[in-house]
Amino acid sequence: MRGTGWKEYQKEIADDNYFYVRSCIRQNFFPGSEKAFLSILRSDLGKDVGEDLKHTSCTGIGYHTDIVSLETIMTVVARQFALMTEAGYENLTSSCITSFGIYTEMLETWHEFPETEERTREYLYKATGREFTKPRNVAHTSDVIYKHRERIAAQGKIKLVNSVTGKPLRVVEHIGCHYAKLFPKKGVGGSEFPYVLAGMIESWGGEVTDYPERRHCCGFGFRNYLVQANRGFSIANSQKKLESMSRYKPDFIVTNCPGCAMFLDKWQYTIAEMEGAIYGQDGRGIPVLTYEEMAGLVLGYDPWALGMQMHQVAVEPLLDKLGIEYDPAAKYLGRNGKYLGIPDQGAVNMNCTSQPYMRTL
Amino acid sequence: MAIDRSINWGYSISRPRAVDMDANDHEAAARLLRKLPELQACIACGCCVATCTAGNLTDFNFRRVHTLVRRGEYKGAYDELNKCMLCGKCRLVCPRGINTRAVVMAVKRILGEY
Amino acid sequence: MTGKVIIIGGGVAGLQAAATLRELGLTPVIVEKTTHIGGKLNDWHKLFPSLTPAAEVLAELKGRLDGAEILTGTEAVEIAPGSVTLTDGRRMEADAVIVASGFEVFPAELKEEYGYGLYRNVYTTVDIERMFNEGRVRLRDGSAPRRIAFLHCVGSRDEKVDQCHCSRVCCITGVKQAMEMKALFPEAEVYNFYMDIRMFGPGYEEMYREAQERCNIHFIRGRISEAGETQDRRVQIKAEDTLIGRPLKMTVDMLVLIVGMKAGRSNEALARCPGISLRPSRFADPADSFCGNVCSGAPGIFYAGTVTAPKNVGESINEGAAAAVKAAEYIRSKG
Repeated sequence: MRGTGWKEYQKEIADDNYFYVRSCIRQNFFPGSEKAFLSILRSDLGKDVGEDLKHTSCTGIGYHTDIVSLETIMTVVARQFALMTEAGYENLTSSCITSFGIYTEMLETWHEFPETEERTREYLYKATGREFTKPRNVAHTSDVIYKHRERIAAQGKIKLVNSVTGKPLRVVEHIGCHYAKLFPKKGVGGSEFPYVLAGMIESWGGEVTDYPERRHCCGFGFRNYLVQANRGFSIANSQKKLESMSRYKPDFIVTNCPGCAMFLDKWQYTIAEMEGAIYGQDGRGIPVLTYEEMAGLVLGYDPWALGMQMHQVAVEPLLDKLGIEYDPAAKYLGRNGKYLGIPDQGAVNMNCTSQPYMRTL
Repeated sequence: MAIDRSINWGYSISRPRAVDMDANDHEAAARLLRKLPELQACIACGCCVATCTAGNLTDFNFRRVHTLVRRGEYKGAYDELNKCMLCGKCRLVCPRGINTRAVVMAVKRILGEY
Repeated sequence: MTGKVIIIGGGVAGLQAAATLRELGLTPVIVEKTTHIGGKLNDWHKLFPSLTPAAEVLAELKGRLDGAEILTGTEAVEIAPGSVTLTDGRRMEADAVIVASGFEVFPAELKEEYGYGLYRNVYTTVDIERMFNEGRVRLRDGSAPRRIAFLHCVGSRDEKVDQCHCSRVCCITGVKQAMEMKALFPEAEVYNFYMDIRMFGPGYEEMYREAQERCNIHFIRGRISEAGETQDRRVQIKAEDTLIGRPLKMTVDMLVLIVGMKAGRSNEALARCPGISLRPSRFADPADSFCGNVCSGAPGIFYAGTVTAPKNVGESINEGAAAAVKAAEYIRSKG
């Protein structure tokens, strides 16, 4: 990351004692990442992270698609805060960028219009009998990993370098829009040159690759992918980014947003099927990682324990580059070693045939 | 790689709407501006469109068409300019003295091939 | 009464104020914070719309000083009626004070989305004047630009950077530099991205039209929303061509940010003086916009030049003369 402008934007990130709220999308598409976050925080870093099974969706997707009203989402948010208060925590950390944006937006709204907070407290009490204290600190989980990046580097088993050539891997970082575009001062590095993922990449030995469409939205939208007929301009935004970044031959993409990880990964499959275009090297797609997966690999976690078999674009070429040993045959084993079957690979993975895992199957 | 065209995805990838100044061919526009350099002096006041005989009855917009042409967006310009009735009122009202009728004729001549 | 008048700032307004005071038989003392007088004109190559070399104007102004006292390398930290305190703690007494402390160039880094200071081929109008002065305009890799984009209103009319005012002179500066670039590189395509073109001075509109018609400079109405660097170190820009209602993107070899005028930091110190007030833009607010443009709300303190608002060189020089006359009147009235 060139320049130092990002240093102007620093935010407070709590050091320990987090109350964790999950992401709807990630629990379905990247459940391994949330598991890895808890494991990294608790086992590797010795931090205290609390959860409450009763917490719900923040309803952000409903809010952004005009299904959930402002009063409703405020009350839902208040309920999450109440669960945090009841569990004895003051620091909220959110797995989802949309939720992070929602929590920040609601707190800011309450700050600007105190009567809305009063009303929300009333609604929550009437509906559930709960009361809450506002969090002392709200951080996205990527902020938390960023905060501890040097410790992770110190405890790391590998670096983000090509194990054969020793050269840093070229990493494209993609920041979810609602991380810093809504409240630039709430993001590490601000909205134009966010540093939250770049900081991890640099600390762990990789090379951040800037490209002209770096700040562009992945195209997730909300109503734009929910309605099938609108998906054309959702996918076109991902395509614009992929075309722009492909010239730089990135080794992988890392994102801090559930929707971005999902779409940058799965739209590659769709574009390959629809138009035959593939954006990675050697005719393969560009692997898309979450920051927990990136941190997990650095710390020596097994890729399948990180849930990387859930990716549409196969990660094996990347694992090989990093020199990570893995059991190719274990990729499609579920819980208790149950064989789940191999999905069709799709055009985006067609050129992965030379990979060890394909040879053994 | 073969693409299976039989799949109905329910949507297709939208094409970018942006005027792509890198991809556009600016040669015809350059020829037009060499012939009628005053066209660059348009300040988009809209008088030509306000008074346009055809533009009051159709979606013909002379100002927009010549601006598009100057950006290298030629598609459809010829047909659009066919809507011009060549009455000449736009030339009377133009505060920059642009020979608008000559612009119509020159664009059609130059862009005939597009 | 000693007839001593302290002039804060040795730019064009201050120099003219000193010259007029000498003509009126008074004793001006110029306090200049940098090491030499001349202000920002020292960094400028040619002036719009006549393309007069800035050095000529400066030479003429300096030639009129008639032995006026000049203190360089020191700044006024406190201004009060009848006295000025300098950085070294020295307190100077005078019968009147003329504040001609000027403006600051808007720091383009604040518009982060344009990547000034990060991307290799993003420049400001100040950089371009410097290159004109050096006699060599080149891209960072030493090659000649083939496609150049100027962006108007960088640090003007933009609440995101707390600069809501119009800096006035940037429109014509952008047109002037676009023409100079076209003269240097006749084969290059030159684009100006603007929101409004405000040609307020005599000869400006004529110059604008010449830029369009004779120089074939393209004017696209729309603000660039962001710039990114391409692999070959060119600059990809996005804007809307608002006159056709479609987004537009292009890659240029050189992006020039036409930076506006920001109120001088020293205005904050000035504002501590009773009777002095600043506008929301932090430029000083004169006593009256019609008959008291060079007067402040404090007795014996006068204004000249861009301390009160963005102005061009000619206007600033005129205000130097006007402020000197007002100061002389004030001293005479006190007897």
